[in-house]
Amino acid sequence: MRRLMSFRDFDWTLLGMVLLLCTISVLEIYSATLHTKYVGFHTKQMYWIAAGIVAMFLFAKVDYHKLIDYVLWAYGVFLVALIAVLVAGQKVLGARRWIKLGPMHFQPSEWVKLILILAVARYFANLGGRSLTWKDIFKAFALVGVPMLLVIKQPDLGTTLTYTPILIAGLFLGGINLRQALILATCGLVLVGGAWSSGKLLKPYQKARLTSFINPDNDPRGTGYQLLQSKIAVGSGGIWGKGAAKGTQTQGDFLPIPHADFIFAAFGEEHGFVGAFFVLLLYFLILMRLIQNAQTAADLSGSLIIMGIVAVLTFQIAVNVGMVIGFMPVTGIPLPLMSYGGSSVLFTFLALGVVMNVRMRRFVN
Amino acid sequence: MSFSRGSRDEKLSTLKLTVVQYGIVLMMLALVAGLWRLQVLGAENFRLLADQNRIRKVPILAGRGKLFDRENRIIVDNYPSVSCFLVREMGRSVDNDLPLIARGLNLDLDQLRATLRHFRAAPGYQPIPIKQDITADEQAFIEAHRNELPELETIDEERRLYPRDGFAAHLIGYVGEVSEEDLNQSRYAAYEPGDMVGKAGVEETYDELLRGQDGSRDVIVDSRGREVGYLGTQHAIPGQDLKLTIDIDLQRAAELALGSANGAVVAMDPRNGEILAMVSHPSYDPNAFAVRISRVDWNKLITDPAHPLMNKAIQDQLAPGSTFKIIMSAAGLQEGVAQNMHVMCNGGANFYGRFFHCDHHHGLLDIHEAIPMSCDTFFYTLAEKLGIDTIAKYATSFGLGAKTGIDLPNEMAGVMPSTQWEMKNYHQRYYPGNTISVGIGQGETQVTPLQLARALGGIASDGHMVRPHVVAPDQLPAQFRQAVQDSFPGSGDVNVPLRPDTWNTITEGMAAATTPGLYHTAEAAHLDGVDFAGKTGTAQVVGGGDTHNQGGAKTPNSWFVGMVPRRNPEIVIAVLQEHGDWGSNSAKIAAQLVTVYVNKKRMQDHNILDQASLSKPVEVGAVWTGPEPKPEPRRGGGKRIGAGQQDSELHMGHFMVNPVAPVSGPRSLAAGRLPVPVWLLAAPLRFKNGQP
Repeated sequence: MRRLMSFRDFDWTLLGMVLLLCTISVLEIYSATLHTKYVGFHTKQMYWIAAGIVAMFLFAKVDYHKLIDYVLWAYGVFLVALIAVLVAGQKVLGARRWIKLGPMHFQPSEWVKLILILAVARYFANLGGRSLTWKDIFKAFALVGVPMLLVIKQPDLGTTLTYTPILIAGLFLGGINLRQALILATCGLVLVGGAWSSGKLLKPYQKARLTSFINPDNDPRGTGYQLLQSKIAVGSGGIWGKGAAKGTQTQGDFLPIPHADFIFAAFGEEHGFVGAFFVLLLYFLILMRLIQNAQTAADLSGSLIIMGIVAVLTFQIAVNVGMVIGFMPVTGIPLPLMSYGGSSVLFTFLALGVVMNVRMRRFVN
Repeated sequence: MSFSRGSRDEKLSTLKLTVVQYGIVLMMLALVAGLWRLQVLGAENFRLLADQNRIRKVPILAGRGKLFDRENRIIVDNYPSVSCFLVREMGRSVDNDLPLIARGLNLDLDQLRATLRHFRAAPGYQPIPIKQDITADEQAFIEAHRNELPELETIDEERRLYPRDGFAAHLIGYVGEVSEEDLNQSRYAAYEPGDMVGKAGVEETYDELLRGQDGSRDVIVDSRGREVGYLGTQHAIPGQDLKLTIDIDLQRAAELALGSANGAVVAMDPRNGEILAMVSHPSYDPNAFAVRISRVDWNKLITDPAHPLMNKAIQDQLAPGSTFKIIMSAAGLQEGVAQNMHVMCNGGANFYGRFFHCDHHHGLLDIHEAIPMSCDTFFYTLAEKLGIDTIAKYATSFGLGAKTGIDLPNEMAGVMPSTQWEMKNYHQRYYPGNTISVGIGQGETQVTPLQLARALGGIASDGHMVRPHVVAPDQLPAQFRQAVQDSFPGSGDVNVPLRPDTWNTITEGMAAATTPGLYHTAEAAHLDGVDFAGKTGTAQVVGGGDTHNQGGAKTPNSWFVGMVPRRNPEIVIAVLQEHGDWGSNSAKIAAQLVTVYVNKKRMQDHNILDQASLSKPVEVGAVWTGPEPKPEPRRGGGKRIGAGQQDSELHMGHFMVNPVAPVSGPRSLAAGRLPVPVWLLAAPLRFKNGQP
């Protein structure tokens, strides 16, 4: 029996919080790009948000079960796209991440995130919540591992890393037991250590970026420069901040890319601890709201999709804010809903579309 | 598809979701804690760092104080110049640009890297000077590469312009970049790497006054160094101009007179210690140091056996030769020994079982003849009678073997031997036979030309010894004046009481030396109508003999100390020519200086402009009627400088003018003050007498 689906069931509270965050983002992008060549990027960001909202409503309309049905096709298509990027992609700053499709620059690795969330959710929902065999686990690893290897070859370390929480969340919620988890963690550590010392998988600059956060002062002009400037920006903001468009670190262009990856530092400088705390609180409420939606989802696949999204968003927030305050290395992971960037905005709104989708169908079955 | 959507029963366990929620709470707490640490606990510290980040001080360089001579004629000037600086705070490494920069600015790449290393410790906002005095081409290169090389910046500054040909170079000194060793000294605590600092001479001693204080334009910059705001300007305080006691006319005369000879000339006013001229040859070009000197040129300077960097007037320590006989005479007369001494000179005499030579067979003589004739035998005998310690006592009281305390760096003290000195340095008893050599200024005695000038000028001034200086102290801040005195301790101003007959006998003796007469050593330097007195010295060098070819390695050093007038002199001149042979050669150099000095003095005495402040009528006359040419003196060519000898001759063509009273003359012209009309009136009178 199918109840009529209505937008009354749409999560307006969630959307409200998201839009509040978007407003803060637009204002901060405006402030941060005031004296740079990126001036005017806040309007572009507004277009992206508008496009994202439209996409969100469209995605909300399509039944997520349909999405899950077709996700393997999409998975195949994007694997080909990733290979195409490696072979024919445009080289930007030494990395091939983009395919030029007409006037648009197309970055498949962002989309792969959403596809992986759906694919992993489908995979574990299929298993039906029973305890996992090693075979199940290896299949899950293959599912996520293949695109990871392709993306890390681009090389795009940050995006590659965002794929891992999808897998971990899937395994954890999908029914892995403690013994398996411990064995996997040990293997993971050995593998990471091996990959680190072999020097094949990571390029030297990636390694340097990953380690310089531990002591950026050692090399204030090199890799640690951005981190140091970011910490100075956040720290000098103090409790109340220096005021909108008054951050010397941001306005003086000392802060690297203050409208994108380091937007939280710019915000922290200009609005202080109070502002930064407020933004973190918004993120926290959004995440909690998402988890609530996961709880009320109609079925396991819906829950897993939302939890996959929660995993990705949480990971991004932790890594980005952690980077800004010097806890984490520079990995090029944007702050969802705050950082400037079409791909990031579109991904987040599409993900939210899927969440709405699941929510609206919570009574449907 | 084999996909089952799962049933409603298959739901996520609430436990797991709770775990996830707590995980998120923990993460958020960690992030908030991190923010708290930075923004609340570390706020002060980071605010400081942020301030350093954005403010850049664009230096405004203070012009260095100029140097003038005693008559306010410029000696050292500045000229505008452009320097290139490298700014590091670009948020990127400049290492890759260095080859291009080196090519464009014609720099040595390794040297450029070394410069950058040198400044590694300096604060990041401080620009690094990489090339001074860049050419128009290099400036064009910088302009053309503004985009590729934003780190290059040019700054207008003033650079030192020294006189050419090393004129007064040792006295003035030069400036150069402060060295790393200097920076560690307390004196240079306020200096920063890259600062220009005086390295020698007046430039070094008075650096603190001359350098002024650099200002800065404080601007807000972004990480690419572009100005985005302006905070204010701290204006540069230019350095203080200094008036030296040097007289350019005398200095020029001394430079020319010494010519290519290695040696020194120092002229001093023994009444107040003002140095009127100080020359040391060979010289060097201080302008070469104003822009960084090349290694090759520097090596050439420091390895030259003639020591061009040494200020021989205060640093060359040599045996004084016969000029020391003045000290001997003073000692002998003060002790009451020399007055009644009569010595028979047969070309030398035996002392302590050894024969000591004299230049001539002077015959029987006393001190009145011994000084002008410079009879060695007489002074051997006197030395034997006095003994080394009495000689040393007097020599030391006249300032030999000690620094004079002139306000120039690195003065040497010289050596005055005594039994005590011998014991201290050689741990042995003094051999009395050495006293004989000391008596004629040989042996271990070592003096500098300046010491001799001060000692002999002091004796001629009735024992009034002065501290020499090249910068008049009245223009210095009191504190600085004291600091200069403290940093250059020396004999200073002292009064050595002399007996009247000592003073009289010695000055008469020195006057006789420059007067034509048998065996008079400096008769070649005789100047008619000038009360010019002096003493020659021909000091043998170690292992040398009288090879009598000027400039030879074993040729004696030629000394002369002269003064005008003989008693209470206004000027005392010490001349040293290394390996210059006879002292009379140096006497001629001194005579040239005296000529210039006296001529100038006479012109000034007759310059009514200088006396315009006097209210009494002054004598105006353009004519110095020289006496009729006299027959040439018996020996040597005395120089005639046209001094009036008789009153009637002197006053020919003169008339009296009251400079203050209105002069009859064109009123329109006399609208201003008087000098102009006076000159207009005076000028035609000159020509009435047919004199130029």
